[in-house]
Amino acid sequence: MPVLVSHPDEVRILSRRFGQGAAEIDKYVELDGYKAVQNAIANGPEWVITEMKASGLRGRGGAGFPTGLKWSFVPKVSEKPKYVLVNGDESEPGTCKDHVIFLHDPHAVIEGTMIAGLAIGAKMGFIYLRGEYRYLLKIVEKAVADAYAKGYLGKNIFGHEGVDFDIVTQTGAGAYEVGEESALMESLEGKRGVPRIKPPFPAIVGLYGGPTVINNAETIASAPPILLMGGEAYAKVGSERNGGTRLFGISGHVNKPGVYELPMGYSLRKAIYEVAGGIKGGRALKAVVPGGSSCPVLLPDEIDVGLDFDQMGKAGTMLGSGGIVVLDETVSIVEFAMRTMKFYQHESCGWCIPCREGTDWLLKTLTRFYDGGGNKKDINNIQYLAENMMGRTFCPLGDAAAMPTLGFIKKFRHEFEEYLEGKRTEKQFITVQDLVGAGH
Amino acid sequence: MSAIANSIFSPETAARFDHLVTIYPVRRSALVPMLLYAQDDIGYVSDAVVAEIAQRLDLLELDVRSVLSYYSMLRTKPAGKYNVQVCTNISCMLVGGYDLLDHCKAKLGIGHKGVTADGLFSLEEVECIGACCWAPAIQVNYDFHENMTNIKMDAILEDYAAGRGKDVK
Repeated sequence: MPVLVSHPDEVRILSRRFGQGAAEIDKYVELDGYKAVQNAIANGPEWVITEMKASGLRGRGGAGFPTGLKWSFVPKVSEKPKYVLVNGDESEPGTCKDHVIFLHDPHAVIEGTMIAGLAIGAKMGFIYLRGEYRYLLKIVEKAVADAYAKGYLGKNIFGHEGVDFDIVTQTGAGAYEVGEESALMESLEGKRGVPRIKPPFPAIVGLYGGPTVINNAETIASAPPILLMGGEAYAKVGSERNGGTRLFGISGHVNKPGVYELPMGYSLRKAIYEVAGGIKGGRALKAVVPGGSSCPVLLPDEIDVGLDFDQMGKAGTMLGSGGIVVLDETVSIVEFAMRTMKFYQHESCGWCIPCREGTDWLLKTLTRFYDGGGNKKDINNIQYLAENMMGRTFCPLGDAAAMPTLGFIKKFRHEFEEYLEGKRTEKQFITVQDLVGAGH
Repeated sequence: MSAIANSIFSPETAARFDHLVTIYPVRRSALVPMLLYAQDDIGYVSDAVVAEIAQRLDLLELDVRSVLSYYSMLRTKPAGKYNVQVCTNISCMLVGGYDLLDHCKAKLGIGHKGVTADGLFSLEEVECIGACCWAPAIQVNYDFHENMTNIKMDAILEDYAAGRGKDVK
């Protein structure tokens, strides 16, 4: 079972029920559960969208699109049914935040799905979990069944005549690409998870051709607390244009890895050195991958930056999925870049040629380079390949593979050059036991 | 009584499939979960599984195979009774994921996607399984084991070999 962590700087809005048994519906209700959705029914869709817009909540999957605005794009009248689709296909390396939400607070996801449905006029929602999360799917399935049993889901919810909402849970079967919203819809329609061309955007033509709101599980789970505390109050917790808090998963070479809920705009340096307890074994920091493996790397002198979408963008990287991966001085960037590319090469769905071929040639080149068969031209070639993938694919997977690669070449070119000269990062032999501590 | 005569699936799985095809706006939406649940039941996605799922969803076998080949958890050959999946993606790699994978290879005497002679274990190097903050992490079938060490690995393998391991499908 994943270990829960805590730090005094945390602001517990999304995680306030973690560790309190709120996967059980009675406990969830006791802790203010299913109040927000009843407020939403009482006050109507306009109120919900106004509060969501005021909250400054931006998509927690990584793109950071304002959630209230996204909901407002859905046409009021539609011939085809509208849907809410919750993206729990969490697969970005370094990211395990939805994992803890499904484990500790599945009803928050259900309630958020209902709120989104009420806001856009949908009567059906889907919660899609990655195939590897079977034990979490069972928790969510039970939560959904319990909500039906209480009359919170189904026909005439909470006794309101004519207010219906159904939720279907869905399992994936192993595919990073399915985390991309249009590929997610394809998968849910029983097809290969390849992306659709946009426009039309899902808000107009989505699942089964109907208008669809697709949100990350963390985004959806943020809706109930926003309606309870009020959009403005939520916005105030975060930084400018970045409302509220988010779950940051800090992993790699830190003393206290874990999922922490911090206000948007919180210092990256403090997150690493105070919240996560600093670098293991007192070693020096070499680099930080700040928001999942797709985000360009930051150097030790670049971490005095606030963790929000805008500040991270200004720093030349992204807030991404909030998965902060910390690398100490023992890491070989050549090896790390190769391993990162191995992932994207494996996960490229093959639909767009720049991504399919680009990731393959990048992996081949990086592997040959790492194995000692590299030459000086390779470094520019890697950069050239990556640059030519950027912006040339249907979905962002091509960019996601290219961006970190460009970051490694730009910021660690000297290390690639020294690698050719036979100089290797001093790889100290560290066993698993050294890192996770004795007694395991 | 299943909607399909002579179903190859267990009565529980067949009943589940009978229900599953009714819950979506479009029947085909059941395909990806059906393939995975069929694999849980039969052990892998055999030709017979493809045929029955195609029949249940009124699809061509070709459609089913096209989807089957896309998803990395689906397999067309049997794996071990306990499929040991070791994550070596970045967060796990940084804290000894490869060390752990090498340990498993030596211990089980098999490589990536190999199966032990007795059919008890198979081994797989997998991409990120979403347990980065508790790295290195593995899954045995669907069950997660976090903060892994070689010592812990040995104990877990022994538990599964003795039939004491957790295995929830």
